[in-house]
Amino acid sequence: MTQATNATTSAVRRADVCVLAVAECFRGDGEMLANPIGTIPMIGGRLARATFEPDLMMTDGEAMLVADDRAFFGPEDDRVVETYNPYRAMFDVVWSGRRHVMMGASQIDAHGNQNFAAIGSDYAKPKVQLLGFRGAPGNTINDTTSYWIPNHSTNVFVEQVDVVCGIGYDRAAALGPKASRFHEIRRVITNLCVLDFETDDHRLRVRTVHPGVSIDDVIEATGFELAVSGELDETPVPSDDDLRLIADVIDPGEARYAEVKA
Amino acid sequence: MNRDKRLGEDEVVAELSSGMTIGIGGWGSRRKPMSIIRAILRSDLTDLTVVSYAGPDLGLLCAAGKVKRALYAFASLDSIPLEPHFRAARQSGAVQDEPYDEGLFLLGLQAAAWRVPFLPTRVGLGSDLLTLNDRLRTVESPYDDGETFVAAPAFELDAAIVHLNRGDARGNGQFLGPDLYFDDLLLGAAKGHRFMSVERIVATEDFTKEGSFHTLRVKRSLVDGVVEAPNGAHFTSCAPDYERDEAFQREYAKSASSPEAWAEFKGAWLDLDERGYQAKLATR
Repeated sequence: MTQATNATTSAVRRADVCVLAVAECFRGDGEMLANPIGTIPMIGGRLARATFEPDLMMTDGEAMLVADDRAFFGPEDDRVVETYNPYRAMFDVVWSGRRHVMMGASQIDAHGNQNFAAIGSDYAKPKVQLLGFRGAPGNTINDTTSYWIPNHSTNVFVEQVDVVCGIGYDRAAALGPKASRFHEIRRVITNLCVLDFETDDHRLRVRTVHPGVSIDDVIEATGFELAVSGELDETPVPSDDDLRLIADVIDPGEARYAEVKA
Repeated sequence: MNRDKRLGEDEVVAELSSGMTIGIGGWGSRRKPMSIIRAILRSDLTDLTVVSYAGPDLGLLCAAGKVKRALYAFASLDSIPLEPHFRAARQSGAVQDEPYDEGLFLLGLQAAAWRVPFLPTRVGLGSDLLTLNDRLRTVESPYDDGETFVAAPAFELDAAIVHLNRGDARGNGQFLGPDLYFDDLLLGAAKGHRFMSVERIVATEDFTKEGSFHTLRVKRSLVDGVVEAPNGAHFTSCAPDYERDEAFQREYAKSASSPEAWAEFKGAWLDLDERGYQAKLATR
């Protein structure tokens, strides 16, 4: 990654900053199944593999692991299939600890408990039925997990989630060291900032804020008290080479700008 | 003389009873046995417990008031993230909800198929599954590690319904798309009433002309009846035979907006028999 000048920084769009921030989540993972779910996560994962983490394994969004740098395929598009990974094989990967997933969240709290099942105090008759538990319990107890939140707001970052799907650090600690030994929430990437849990008590901490965003913007959009890293830096922006790779190869259809518009 | 297991959708429905626990194959809005679902919608079956990696199968059955309880890990139309009819049923409190993780769900099917009461896993530990799903219990390892695990309970099904690309008259089935999903396990988890619809019935000796032997994943000992149902998964995808009918799915999703919209959709598309449905589709 080259050092960007200020002039370049101001020209880089927020979505591209998010793409690089997502990519950085997978640094050091090696020969793992990097499984970022969502538009910008998929692009960021591809950027990580195409630049600094070449051994990552990635899906085509369905049953194949593919070698291609491009992020999205239509049914007719050619792809370079490395191996076959139908849903049943995915559980072998997940339960053996060979995956780093990046999921979404409708709600997330300061400990990293995540909800995308239902909103409301009465689960039997929820105010809003969402997806369901999907794979969140199994992902978080077995593997490293990160989250992508394209709309950082007090609706998402809440004091207490209504349903715990993905388990946070407090729930993991309560299980004891043995049961929770595979649990790690690495990062939470949002349209405003990069967060982690690197405090003594594993509470959500602002790691960097994206260019053009102030820490006050982040605090205002969060429904609980955030830890803030000592010397708060700006989130790094992609180099010109990264930007070319994203624009020409990974996401030529510019799906990323539909997800984060700023 | 080989047993010929061919039958029609309405004959399948005649074998089912109200109150049954029914497993439905496919995943989300992919390769769902929709022609049999449509036949259930036309029947007087009710109080069903539906076990599904759910999509419009669960949504339609909820909209028609057929569902007492749902065992599921998600309900999605894929290109439309949330299943609107299931959502409406949940928000009105009309269906009992038994939530699972996708992998726990697999273990529930596998346990039933292997005739054991549970299978141990870490999946679910620390999550609200253990408080919101009153069937789930934990088990302590009998070995020296002494760890506590979730005991995924066997999903004992009264019936299972799946849709595959090809089959023969004896009940062997072939998938030609990207993923078998869990269709073989669903059939294995059912005590009886195991039905498979297929796009086309072929002669047994022609299977390997359709795809390699790796695609022959449903054995006839798991199937009691075979329905030939061309376009039978419509509007869900059935690759490589056809992709999802996105325009039709959008119309279906819109029908959740009001009782009037549902009545209109039902009148237009569900109050017909399968032949009428397919004929009407062909004129769209």
